[in-house]
Amino acid sequence: MSVLDHLPVMPVVIPALAAPLTLLLMRRHPGWAIAIAGVSCLAMLAIALTLLGRAGEGIVHVYELGDWSAPFGIVLVADRLSAIMLVLAASLALIALLHAVLTGVDRKGWHFHPLFQFQLMGLNGAFLTGDLFNLFVFFEVLLIASYGLLLHGQGPARLKAGVQYVVVNLVGSSLFLVALGLLYALTGTLNMADMGMRIADVAPADQGLLRIAALLLASVFAIKAAVVPLHLWLPRTYDVATPAVAGLFAIMTKVGVYSLIRVVPQVFGEGAGAAAWAPEPFLWPAALVTTAVGFAGVFVARTLSEQAAYAIIGSTGTLLIAVAGWQPETLGAALYYLVHSTIAGAALFLVSDVVARRRAGFSDNISSGTDFADRQVVGLMFMAVAIAVTGLPPLSGFIGKLLILKSVTVLPDWGWAWGVILVTTLIGVIGFARAGSAVFWKVAESDGEGEAECRGTPESAPRADLAAPIIALALLAALSAGAGWATAYGDNAAAQVLDRATNARAVLGEGAP
Amino acid sequence: MSYEFLLSSAIGVLVAAGIFLALRARTFQVVLGLTLFSYAVNLFLFASGRLVLNRPPIWDKAISEYADPLPQALVLTAIVITFGMTAFVVILALRSFLETGSDHVDGDNVPCDGDDSDMGKGE
Repeated sequence: MSVLDHLPVMPVVIPALAAPLTLLLMRRHPGWAIAIAGVSCLAMLAIALTLLGRAGEGIVHVYELGDWSAPFGIVLVADRLSAIMLVLAASLALIALLHAVLTGVDRKGWHFHPLFQFQLMGLNGAFLTGDLFNLFVFFEVLLIASYGLLLHGQGPARLKAGVQYVVVNLVGSSLFLVALGLLYALTGTLNMADMGMRIADVAPADQGLLRIAALLLASVFAIKAAVVPLHLWLPRTYDVATPAVAGLFAIMTKVGVYSLIRVVPQVFGEGAGAAAWAPEPFLWPAALVTTAVGFAGVFVARTLSEQAAYAIIGSTGTLLIAVAGWQPETLGAALYYLVHSTIAGAALFLVSDVVARRRAGFSDNISSGTDFADRQVVGLMFMAVAIAVTGLPPLSGFIGKLLILKSVTVLPDWGWAWGVILVTTLIGVIGFARAGSAVFWKVAESDGEGEAECRGTPESAPRADLAAPIIALALLAALSAGAGWATAYGDNAAAQVLDRATNARAVLGEGAP
Repeated sequence: MSYEFLLSSAIGVLVAAGIFLALRARTFQVVLGLTLFSYAVNLFLFASGRLVLNRPPIWDKAISEYADPLPQALVLTAIVITFGMTAFVVILALRSFLETGSDHVDGDNVPCDGDDSDMGKGE
């Protein structure tokens, strides 16, 4: 076995090793701990890019843990979709980590870096695993870490939101287990590829149970993806989280979307009896409503971070409109938009943090306040990010939405998708324009109280906190410039995900049907 | 009465009680509800290997009738995870109560220092 053969397990092993090291070093040698966290993220990015290259050649890299062969042992599967998600997670982690370190929030508590690494371990594992129960375990790993990260920085608001977030996710985990129990009882396997093959043999009498299992599993993923009506936990949670953490959390809803893209075609595809494409009739309208609710929230939000949280819901809804078609074209467009919307959502949180840090008393409230340092630069950054999130040219949001609009025309109800996407885009544009003009243009004349707060603001704040959002914007620009390559990769990944038989052969060996 | 009926009704009662309590307004009741719910889920997972009596585990290739070992491993994993989660949510609820002075899940600032007189309101 060469080193390359062990690549798929590395994104799980590296943060698992880095986390305890940062935990041990943080107290005495914080510099070393931060260096280890950074090196770990860089190594993950390098490995993810290598996997992206290898998967791009059409290789489905199957890693059998402990050398137990597929249906019996747990496998990690690195195909195009996994590689895309790994690269996305590693890039986002680097941006969030950079922002946390530069703004110093990682030193507000002892456990930021270990939790951050465990969060990445859970994310990477969830993107790689080919086993449904293992997916549950990695979900729990990333959730436990996210509970800690959410509470990082303390404060009553975080504790309140934390209780709700934890309770919702505990219920979600329990439902996940119920669905897994049903599926195991019906098919006798937990390996996704194997389950996809065996699901056609489920007895006619058990079809009702099978459908329940499929819908339960889809509901669990919908909770993670914050699909209406299961979205209520998200705005408050993301609003109160430390912005660098909220930036990383931008990928958490995409874990739910990823799981849907991975599990539904593989397990509940054609020939799955009563469970064949079972979530589709519910997911499509839910996605439309989610988009509308998300952008309506953008319109009425009171703070920039709340607005960013609703933007995450809206973009996940737009993404799911494309996913719910389950056609190669729509999935390909969805994957491009997934990468874009994650980075854009994170950038929005970081910019709102930059604003809040400069406006002292006014924080990131969407209201006119006093003048603050770097108002022009920050205003331009906000405008660029808003353009990306709403999907105006020239950034990648425009390309992503255009691809989705074009691809959904293969669906019978495409008129609804067009209507919802176009109208919500307009609402989003108005919402962001309103917020931007209030925060950056309507600078009040200094009167008594405002002036006191203004004096409290340092006129030349350190500009290090501008770095992370600028890198995120640069990534979005790169995604727009490299759209041809990225969409081709996304289309190939979509075709690969939908090709159930070939995936099963790759995982289970040539003997599989 | 069959074992199947006993087990399924036990799971049903636990789920019903768990959901009822999880929908209450106070964190302590919610935690109890989640705990009951997770017991039900663990029993359910255990039953996914079918209810069989007096079967050995696989220890010899000659054995043709054996108890399915996988659900037991799954239940063990699920128990460990839910145990850790419950411990965490208890501490979180306690911290939240101590810092905000309210043990209501929706975070309303209802004063409740050992006084249950507002229990009936809004429920």
